[in-house]
Amino acid sequence: MNKVVNNRAWWLVLPVFAMVLFNALLPLMTVVNYSLQETFGNNEFFWSGAIWFEQLLHDDQFHASLLRQIIFTSIVLVIQIPLGLAIALCMPRSGPWVSVCLVLLALPLLVPWNVVGSMWNIMALPDIGLLGKAINSLGIPYNYTRQPISAWFTVVLMDVWHWTSLVVLLCYAGLVAIPDAYYQAAKVDGAKPWAVFRYIQLPKLKHVLTIAILLRFMDSFMIYTEVIVLTGGGPGSTTKFLSIDLVQKALGGFDLGPAAAFSIVYFLIILLVSWLFYTLMMRDEAK
Amino acid sequence: MRKRYIVLTAYIVFLLLPIYWLINMSFKTTNEILGGFSAYPREFTLDSYRTIFTDPSWYGAYINSITYVLINTVISIVVALPAAYAFSRYRFLGDKHLFFWLLSNRMAPPAVFVLPFVNLYSAVGLFDTPWAVALAHTLFNIPLAVWILEGFMSGVPKELDETAYVDGYSFPAFFIKIFLPTISAGIGVAAFFCFMFSWVEMLLAKNLTSVSAKPIVAAMTKTASTSGYELGLLAAAGVLTLIPGAIVIYFVRNYIAKGFALGRV
Repeated sequence: MNKVVNNRAWWLVLPVFAMVLFNALLPLMTVVNYSLQETFGNNEFFWSGAIWFEQLLHDDQFHASLLRQIIFTSIVLVIQIPLGLAIALCMPRSGPWVSVCLVLLALPLLVPWNVVGSMWNIMALPDIGLLGKAINSLGIPYNYTRQPISAWFTVVLMDVWHWTSLVVLLCYAGLVAIPDAYYQAAKVDGAKPWAVFRYIQLPKLKHVLTIAILLRFMDSFMIYTEVIVLTGGGPGSTTKFLSIDLVQKALGGFDLGPAAAFSIVYFLIILLVSWLFYTLMMRDEAK
Repeated sequence: MRKRYIVLTAYIVFLLLPIYWLINMSFKTTNEILGGFSAYPREFTLDSYRTIFTDPSWYGAYINSITYVLINTVISIVVALPAAYAFSRYRFLGDKHLFFWLLSNRMAPPAVFVLPFVNLYSAVGLFDTPWAVALAHTLFNIPLAVWILEGFMSGVPKELDETAYVDGYSFPAFFIKIFLPTISAGIGVAAFFCFMFSWVEMLLAKNLTSVSAKPIVAAMTKTASTSGYELGLLAAAGVLTLIPGAIVIYFVRNYIAKGFALGRV
C-alpha cells in the first residue's frame, strides 16, 4: 500500500511512545547507571567504569549459564520448529474439527507459566506422577530432582509441550493462506506430496516460520518461571539458565552493579541475534 | 490421510495428559496423592476447591489477577489502536525506527526489568497495586498489540478512509463509527494475546506486589512452599487458572491463527 507522508501521524503514535518510554527507557537508564557504578548502600554511588563488565567477561558462572542457555535454546528450536510444522501439515483444512483442534492446541499457551511448572513437577514425580512412574516402569532410572539428564529431559519436554502449539498455529495460518490454485497447478503437473511441500508450502511459509523462530528464540532465551518452579535450577545448578542466574544476582544478592552489567549483556545478546537472523532472512527475500 | 490424523490425535493426547493429571490431582485428598500412584481419584473430594472458594487470600488473588489483566488489556488496546493506524496509513519521521524500537521491547527479558520496575513503581507510589502490574505488562503487550493491529489494518483498503472523509466524517467519527467495527476481528485477536501474555506472566506480577494486590500466581507459589506440600490445593488452584483462558480462547477460536500471520515483521 502506498502511504501518504504525514508527520502529524506522530500525534497518533504519541500515547504509545510516551508509555513505552516510561516503561522501557527509565528502567533501562537505571540499569545502565547501576552497571557503571559501585555502591556500599545508603544510596551512595561511585563511578566504577567498566569494571562490572570486565568482571562478567571472566565470570565462570556466567559462562556456564550462557552455555546452558544456548544449548537449551538450540534443542528447543531443533525440536519445536519441525514438530510444529509437521503437526500443522496434519491439521484438517476445513470442517467442524478445525475449531476443536485449534482450541485444544492453544490450551497450553494459556496456562500461567508457574502452573506449567507445577503441572510438570507433579506429572514427573518418580513415585506418584504419571510421567515419572511410566518412565521408571520401563526400567529406566528417572528422578528429575537428582539426575541432571532427567532434569534436562523434563525441562525440554515441558517446553515442547508448552510452546510447540504456537509454532503449529503460526504455520497453520500460513498454510491456510496459500491459494488453492497452487495446489491445482501441482496436481496438473503430477507433483508428489514431497515436491508440493518443498516447492510450494515451504517457500510460502518462510514468512511465518521466520516469525516463529524469532519468537521461540526470544522466549526460550528468557525462560524463567517454568524452570524455577519445576527444578529450581537444579539439581545443583545444571538447569540454571540466564534469567534464573540474573534474578538470583539481582534480587537475592543485591549485587546491583554486576547484575546490571549482566542485564545489559543479556539484552544485547537477544537483540543482536534477533537482528542478525531477521536481516539474513529478509535479505534472501529481497533477492 | 489416516496417518495424519493419528499423528495429530497423538499430539493432542500428549497436550491433554498433563492437564488431565492436574485435574485428577485436584479431586484427590493430599493423603491419597502422597499415598501412591493412581490414575483417577479413588476418594473423590471437592475439599481443595472448597478451600479456595471460601478463603479470601485465595479467591482474592484470582480477583487481583483478573483486575490487572483487564486493565492491561484495555490500556494496551486503546493506545495501540491509533498508533497502529498511523503505522498502517502514513509515513512519518522515524516511523520504521520507532516500529522496530517498539518490537525490541518484546525482546527484553522480564528478569532484566524486575529490579528497575520495583524501583520505578515504588517511586511513583503504585507498588502493590494492580496498576503497577498492568502498566509493567504493557511493556511487551503494547508492541504486540500494535504489531497485530497494524497487520489487520493494512488489510483494509484505503478507499474506505477516503470515502468516509468525502462523506464528511471527521477523523474521530470515522475511526470510531466505521473503522473500528471493520477491524473488530483484529481487535479481538490483539485483546486475546494481551490477555494471554498478561495472565500467564509471573516474575513481574509477583515482584511488583506484596500483600494487597497479590496475584494468583504468587499465591500459588507461596502456599505450595509454606504449608508443607499441599499438592491437591495447588492442583485445584492450577485448574482454576485454566478457566479464564479457555473462555477467552473459545470466543476467538476462528481468528487466533490469523493474528500473527497477518502481522508484518
